[in-house]
Amino acid sequence: MTTTTPPVLRPPSPPGPIRWLKKNLFSSWYNALLTIAATVFLFFLLRGLLRWVLFQANWEPVANSLKLFAVGQYPLAELWRIGVMLLVVSFLFGLSWRVWGGTMGTFALAVAAGLGLLALLPIGLDKLPLTARLWLLANPLLTGGGFLVGRFIRRPRWVLLGWGLSFVLLIVLLSGIPGASWLPRVESSLWGGLLLTFLLAIVGIVASFPFGVLLALGRRSSLPVLKVFCALFIELVRGVLLVTILFMFSIVLPLFLPEQVRIDRVVRAMLAMTVFASAYMAENVRGGLQAIPRGQVEAAKALGLSGFHVTLLIVLPQALRMVIPTIVGQFIALFMDTTLAYIVGLTELLTIGRAVLQSRKEWLLLDMEVFVFIAALFWVFTYAMSYASRRLEKALGVGQR
Amino acid sequence: MNENSRIQVITSKSIPLWRDERVLKGVAQVVSAVVVIGFLFFFFRNVLAAAEARGLGLGYEFLGYSSGMPLGESLIPYDPSASYGYAFLVGILNTLKVAVVGIVLATLLGTVTALARISGNWLVGKIATVYIEIVRNIPLLAQLFVWYFAVFQKLPPVRESIQLPGPVYLSQRGLYVPAPVPGPTLGTWVILAAAGVVLAVVLYNVLLRYQLRTGRSTFAPWVAVAVLALLAGGGWFLVGERPLSWNLPVAGRFNFAGGMQVTTEYAALVAGLVFYTGAYIAEVVRAGLLAVNPGQFEAARALGLRPLQVLRLVVFPQALRVIIPPLISQYLNLTKNSSLAVAIGYLDLFYVGRTIINQAGRAVPVFTMIMATYLAMSLFTSLLMNLYNRRVQLVER
Repeated sequence: MTTTTPPVLRPPSPPGPIRWLKKNLFSSWYNALLTIAATVFLFFLLRGLLRWVLFQANWEPVANSLKLFAVGQYPLAELWRIGVMLLVVSFLFGLSWRVWGGTMGTFALAVAAGLGLLALLPIGLDKLPLTARLWLLANPLLTGGGFLVGRFIRRPRWVLLGWGLSFVLLIVLLSGIPGASWLPRVESSLWGGLLLTFLLAIVGIVASFPFGVLLALGRRSSLPVLKVFCALFIELVRGVLLVTILFMFSIVLPLFLPEQVRIDRVVRAMLAMTVFASAYMAENVRGGLQAIPRGQVEAAKALGLSGFHVTLLIVLPQALRMVIPTIVGQFIALFMDTTLAYIVGLTELLTIGRAVLQSRKEWLLLDMEVFVFIAALFWVFTYAMSYASRRLEKALGVGQR
Repeated sequence: MNENSRIQVITSKSIPLWRDERVLKGVAQVVSAVVVIGFLFFFFRNVLAAAEARGLGLGYEFLGYSSGMPLGESLIPYDPSASYGYAFLVGILNTLKVAVVGIVLATLLGTVTALARISGNWLVGKIATVYIEIVRNIPLLAQLFVWYFAVFQKLPPVRESIQLPGPVYLSQRGLYVPAPVPGPTLGTWVILAAAGVVLAVVLYNVLLRYQLRTGRSTFAPWVAVAVLALLAGGGWFLVGERPLSWNLPVAGRFNFAGGMQVTTEYAALVAGLVFYTGAYIAEVVRAGLLAVNPGQFEAARALGLRPLQVLRLVVFPQALRVIIPPLISQYLNLTKNSSLAVAIGYLDLFYVGRTIINQAGRAVPVFTMIMATYLAMSLFTSLLMNLYNRRVQLVER
C-alpha cells in the first residue's frame, strides 16, 4: 500500500492580458462587434463630455453663487453658526472613529478629506473667501483632535449622547434664540441650499425614528384597536405620494389648525417629511422586529422581565441594530426626496438654481451647467453615502447570521 | 385546616386592577381609540370652521361648474367651458398617457440594460453599470430639470429643427411625428386583421397539440405567422382604398402644419421617467435572471433544447416569477413619480388638481380626490400583484 500525497491544489493563475481580452471582449464574432461599437460610442461620448466640461461650458453662474448653493440666503454675519456646527460634527466624527473604529473611521476620513479639499478649491478668493477656507480647513484638524480625545472616553454611550446633543445644538444654533442679542433669530425662510436639503433629511429621519418605532410596535401588538390604527396609518401614508403630503401640509394644514396657530413653511415641510418617513421607518423597524427569534422573548419572560422590559431591553436593541443599514438607505432616499420641496416653494437647491439663472441676463441660457452641477452634487453625496452604507452592512454582518 | 385558610388568603388577595393585564390592555385600547378619534374630530372641526369662515363648502358640487381653465394637452376634446370634473378627468388621462408610454419604454430600456450587464462582454457590462449608478443616485426631479430646461427647451427653433430619421422633427415646439389618418376602409381591415389573429392563435394551439401527441413536426409557429400575414397583409391591399394613411408634418416659418405634436413637457417627462425607472427595472430583471439556477440552463441544454428555446421555455418562466412582483411596483413608482410633472408644467392629474384648488379654492375636496386616485392606482396594482402571486403559487409544486 502506498500512500500518495494528494496533489497540491493551487488557484488558477490569473490570465494574461491577452487572454483576458479574448475571454471578456472578443469571445465570439458578435461580442467583438459589440465591443467595437461600444468603444466607438464611448470614445465619442467621453470626448464630447470632456470638451463640454473643460472648454464649452460656462461655469460662471455656479462659481459665483457657491454661497447660495451651500446655505441659501442665510445672513453672512451669522454664517459662523454653520461653521461651528460643521466643526462640532467633525469633532464628533473624530471621537466616533476612535471609539467605534472600522467603518466609522472611513466616514470620518471621508468627511474630513471632503471639507479639507473644498477649502483648497482652485477658484478665486472672491468666490470662496479666505475666512471660509480657514473655517473649512479647521475641520480635518478637529477630526484629528477628536480622534486623540477619544482615547479618554471609556464608554461609547457618551459619544452617542454627543451626537444627540449636536442635533439639539443644530436646531438652536441655526434658528437662534428669540430675544438674545448674541444669537438673534434667523427666519427659517432664509435657510436654503444644501443646508436646507441636509436639514430636511436629518430632521425627517431623526424625528420619524421614535414614531416609526412606536408604529412598528403598535402594528405588532396584540391589541386589535391599536393594531388597526397603526396599520391604517402606515398603509395610507405609503399609498399616497410625498408630493401630495408636502402639498397637504403646505396648503391644507393651515386650514386644519385653529386660526391663531401659524407654522412657518420650512417647519411644515419638515412635518410632512416626518409623517412620510415615519410610515417607512415603521416598516423598516418591523422587519427588524420580525427577525428576532421567538426564543429571545420567551427566555426574557422566563427570567421574569415584564412585557415592557422585554421590548425595551431585549427585542428593540437587537432589532434596531439589525435595521441600521436600512435606515441609512432610507436616509439616502429622503435626502433625494428633499428636492420635492421645490414644488412647495422652499429655497432648496433646484429653486436656487433657477433663481441663479434668472439673476443675470447673460446666464439665462446656462441651464445645462447649473442643473448638471446640482445633479453632480447630489450624485457625489448619494453615492458616497450608499457606498458607506454598503460597507456598514458588511461591518455589522447583517444578513450573514 | 390551616393549609386551607392560607390558600384562601392568597386567592382573596387578587391582582389589583392597575396590574391586571386584561384590564390594562382594555384601557390601552380605549385610550388609543379616544385619542385618535379625538384628534380626527379636532381636525375636522377646524376644517369645517375654516371652510365656513371662507365661505367654501366641503361638498363636491363645484365639480359641475364651468372651469374656464385652458388645458393645452388633452386626449379627449376639451374646451375651457367644460366642467371642473371633466378637467380632472383630462388630468387623469394625461397621467395615464405618460404612465403607459413610460412603462413600455422603461421596460425595454431596463431589459436591454440588464442583458448588457449579464452579457459576458466586459465593456458593455461596465457601460450599463455606470448608467445605473449615475441615474439611481440623482434625484428624479433634478434629472427632469436637466431634461426639460437644459435639453428640450434649448432645442433649435422650428426653422432650424432637427430632422430625425423619417419625417420626425425636433424643435422648441416639441416633437412632430406623422399622424395616422384613418381611411373609410379601416373598419373592414381591422375586422380582417382580428380574424387573422384569432385564426392564427387557434391554429397554433391545435397544431402544437397535434405535434405533442404524435411527435410529428407541424411547423406550428410558421403556419400561424403565414395565416396572420396572409389575412392582415393581404387584406391591406384587398379592401380597396388604403385603410390608413399618414399625415406628414411640414415645416412652416413659425410652426409645423399637419402631423402630430408631442409637447416638450411630455417628451421631457417621459424621457426622465424612462431613464430613471429603466435603471431600477434593469436591476429587477437582472436579479430575476440571476435567480435561475445555472443548472437549469445546463440541464435544458443537455435535453437538446436550442439556446433560444432554453430561454423561452426554461429560464424566462422561472425568472418571471421573481421579476414580476418588483416590476409591478416599479410600474407603480413610475406612475406615482409622474406627479413631478407639476414642476415642469405638464398637465397631469396633480397639476390640474392644483390648478383647480387655486381657482375654485376647494383644497380639501380636491386633495381628497387626488389622493383617492393615487390610492386607487396603488390598490389596483397590489390587487394585480396578489392575483399574479396566487397563480404563480399554484404552478409551484
